[in-house]
Amino acid sequence: MNESTKVSTIVKKYTMTIALVVVFVFFTLLTGGRLIYAQNISNLLLQNAYVLVMACGMLLCILTGGNVDLSVGATLGLVSAVAAQLMDQSSMGALPTIIIAMAIACLIGVWQGFWIGYVHIPPFIATLAGMFLFRGLARVVLASKTVNIQNSNFINTFISYINVPGMDNKSYHLSALITGIVVAVLLVIFTFVNRAKKVKKNYEVGSMASTIAKVSIMSVLIILYSWELANYKGIPVMLLWILLVVLIFAFITSQTAFGRYFYSVGGNEKAAKLSGIDPRRVYFWAYFLMSVLAGFSGLVVAGRIGSVDGNMGNTYEMDAIGACFIGGASAYGGSGTVPGIMVGAILLGVINQGMSIYGLPDEWQYVIKGAVLLIAVIFDVVSNHKVGKA
Amino acid sequence: MPDNILMMKNITKLYPGVKALDNVNLEVQRGEIHALVGENGAGKSTLMNVLSGTIPYGQYEGSILYDGKDCQLKHIHDSEKLGIVIIHQELALIPELSIGENMFLGNERKGKLGIDWDETYSQAEKHLREVGLKDKATTLIKDIGIGKQQLVEIAKALSKNVKLLILDEPTSSLNEEDSKMLLDMLLQFKKQGMTSIIISHKLSEVAYVADKITILRDGATIETIDNESHNIDEERIIKGMVGRELTNRFPSREHKISSEIVMEAKNWTVYHPVYTDKYAVNNVSFNVKKGEIVGFSGLQGAGRTELMMSLFGKSYGSGISGQEFLNGKEVHLKTEREAIKHKLAYVTEDRKTNGLVLIDTIAKNTTMARLEKVCDKRGIIDIGKENQVAEQYRKAMNTKTPSVQQHVANLSGGNQQKVLLSKWMFADPDVLILDEPTRGIDVGAKYEIYCIMNDMVAQGKSVIMISSELPELLGMCDRIYVMNEGSLVAEFESAEATQEKIMGSILQSGKKNNTDVQKDA
Repeated sequence: MNESTKVSTIVKKYTMTIALVVVFVFFTLLTGGRLIYAQNISNLLLQNAYVLVMACGMLLCILTGGNVDLSVGATLGLVSAVAAQLMDQSSMGALPTIIIAMAIACLIGVWQGFWIGYVHIPPFIATLAGMFLFRGLARVVLASKTVNIQNSNFINTFISYINVPGMDNKSYHLSALITGIVVAVLLVIFTFVNRAKKVKKNYEVGSMASTIAKVSIMSVLIILYSWELANYKGIPVMLLWILLVVLIFAFITSQTAFGRYFYSVGGNEKAAKLSGIDPRRVYFWAYFLMSVLAGFSGLVVAGRIGSVDGNMGNTYEMDAIGACFIGGASAYGGSGTVPGIMVGAILLGVINQGMSIYGLPDEWQYVIKGAVLLIAVIFDVVSNHKVGKA
Repeated sequence: MPDNILMMKNITKLYPGVKALDNVNLEVQRGEIHALVGENGAGKSTLMNVLSGTIPYGQYEGSILYDGKDCQLKHIHDSEKLGIVIIHQELALIPELSIGENMFLGNERKGKLGIDWDETYSQAEKHLREVGLKDKATTLIKDIGIGKQQLVEIAKALSKNVKLLILDEPTSSLNEEDSKMLLDMLLQFKKQGMTSIIISHKLSEVAYVADKITILRDGATIETIDNESHNIDEERIIKGMVGRELTNRFPSREHKISSEIVMEAKNWTVYHPVYTDKYAVNNVSFNVKKGEIVGFSGLQGAGRTELMMSLFGKSYGSGISGQEFLNGKEVHLKTEREAIKHKLAYVTEDRKTNGLVLIDTIAKNTTMARLEKVCDKRGIIDIGKENQVAEQYRKAMNTKTPSVQQHVANLSGGNQQKVLLSKWMFADPDVLILDEPTRGIDVGAKYEIYCIMNDMVAQGKSVIMISSELPELLGMCDRIYVMNEGSLVAEFESAEATQEKIMGSILQSGKKNNTDVQKDA
């Protein structure tokens, strides 16, 4: 491989990451550096927590063949409505509320997964129906009112900041920076130990230079991010929740047989079936997990906003879907990765926040978001054209 | 000076990194049938794409003289205007539209307002009669068989005033009867003065219809052979295609068959999945011994695929009854998963739609059927081990690819078939069922696949091979079962089997069935 093709394959592989960097720099300049204020950086992920979490589930649905789940915004609304009413009307504690709310999310998942997986209702229609159903039920539960959440345990479970006495004070949170450095160091150690293991077993590994480049960029970003957090309020608990979900799903999709099945079914359902993979189960699990994540997002968002109304989660499904497609999930199914869609979600988040800080009117924000989504999918289709897909 | 309708001179076509065509010359005389043969990837289809304008003028070097005039074809419309029509291997018909609508698709008969349907259907029926079809032009494409669909394609070509007809593998999905009919029609058209170019892997057909045969190999013209007497030796063509003498088309092997029966079906009956009162497989009993290669012969639609798929964890059909035995024990396989666990493997006929995940890598495809073999107890994949396994199979199968990280879509048909075989070998079956394992792949790759089959039985495993190519069954199998219309009609030891006997048993059973029907009436 000569130098120029090497560069072009790298550019192709990391297009969205490069786009993210470009967009980030662009908005930093446009907003006169306000985008990288500690508060804004800290809020970037928190504000988009529901996108990051739901995009993981949406990826599974999209993998099965470009199918999406339109009902997640409504599911999010219903689960958060139930949680709010349990605490408000029944004065229930935080833990039982969370358990019951998540049980309902599971029930919704079973409902959707059953129709789509085992009765073969087309996902688009089943989830469109779900969108109306759950939105309506959410309003029934709320009796069309706005319900405030006063349970501080519940709120703290999702939106408090980690505060280590002695290390942190009002203006500076050393614990965040230390955690960041520890994570970065662990990442470096883990990467190289893993690589050494592979070399020992004679497995194929990437070049040393690219490994070093990758791991050092990651470490620097982690430390920079933790430094920003340290300058604001420290490590938000919500960040830990997000990381938990994202890491679990990244692991499932890339490292487990269960995760591989989503790719196989989406890539060629007939071949997967004849290889002993049951597509019905795969569809069931995609929509089940999606609903569970939507429910979880409902709790997170309810905690963050502090109240729930009948429009809670409206059009949130579009953010999750958009993040997946911008992040390189194929609109035909069978390809897409969790790290990829995280880049997509963060890219959307940066654009949103950048535009808000800059003060771009709402109507133009929509136009820009639409354009970004279209460009991303055009890119996916055109670059896959050679492979004969599309 | 021969009257050439077409001269393609020094055609060179470069793809990034590959020379698909290298100074290819092709001369076609008016009124002849000219065959184009060569292994997969030899450049036949690329050459025809140049001729039809699919690869536009300017993207290749060289010149095309048609009717003595230099042509610069930029679009498929340009070539169609000149009367050059290409019929692709994969039929380009829309199932939900009628024959007439398909025939004039993109070329609609226009009236004053919109389409003139009377004109459309009357012209369509005229062309249908020319190809010997009696169906109405308002019949939907999905309601006629694949053989008739191929004829509709030809009728469509006739509607475009075709002077030079190009057929890319026209018989690859047809049974022997339909193939013969199609070839005879080409001979009929020849008498009426039409020129045709036919691309085919089936050398017996080439010998039967072609007046001249041009052989391509690795993007270059090797030679053009005269075949006016229509009795050319197939070995002669193969020699040109592979560049060496294939002294033996089938690798030899020691026949070490034990008397132990590894797979047996008794009174196996399967009904059609949609028309549940129609037999797909009717009361079939057969057995496979350890170390044996058993062939299944029959016309298309004889029920062979349906039989094997229904035995493979009920992947086909409804109302399945009968007994299935593996290693002497009766089994009730309800899913493909159970079949694989019982060491059965079914290598599908259509590798692209049923066999492989084209957008995934070779490595992922290889482990797909038994992913748990590279997983730990918790279902976590050892990616390194997976790649290593895939690499092993790549070497063993001699799959031509730079890396197992390559996407399967980028491989040639023969190499894709090898990946598909790797996948099922990795599943470690006792009985390997191969459904048309050599369809659409070239002579060299076929030989390698035969060798793999021989290796399997040498290890004490068994192979079932469904094939529509009789020479291949006769050359490879120990025993051959013959099926027709869902029933088993004959069984031959390969030593005593001949093509004539097999065809004879099919034809006789057909007659018998007909007389049965008459008796019933």
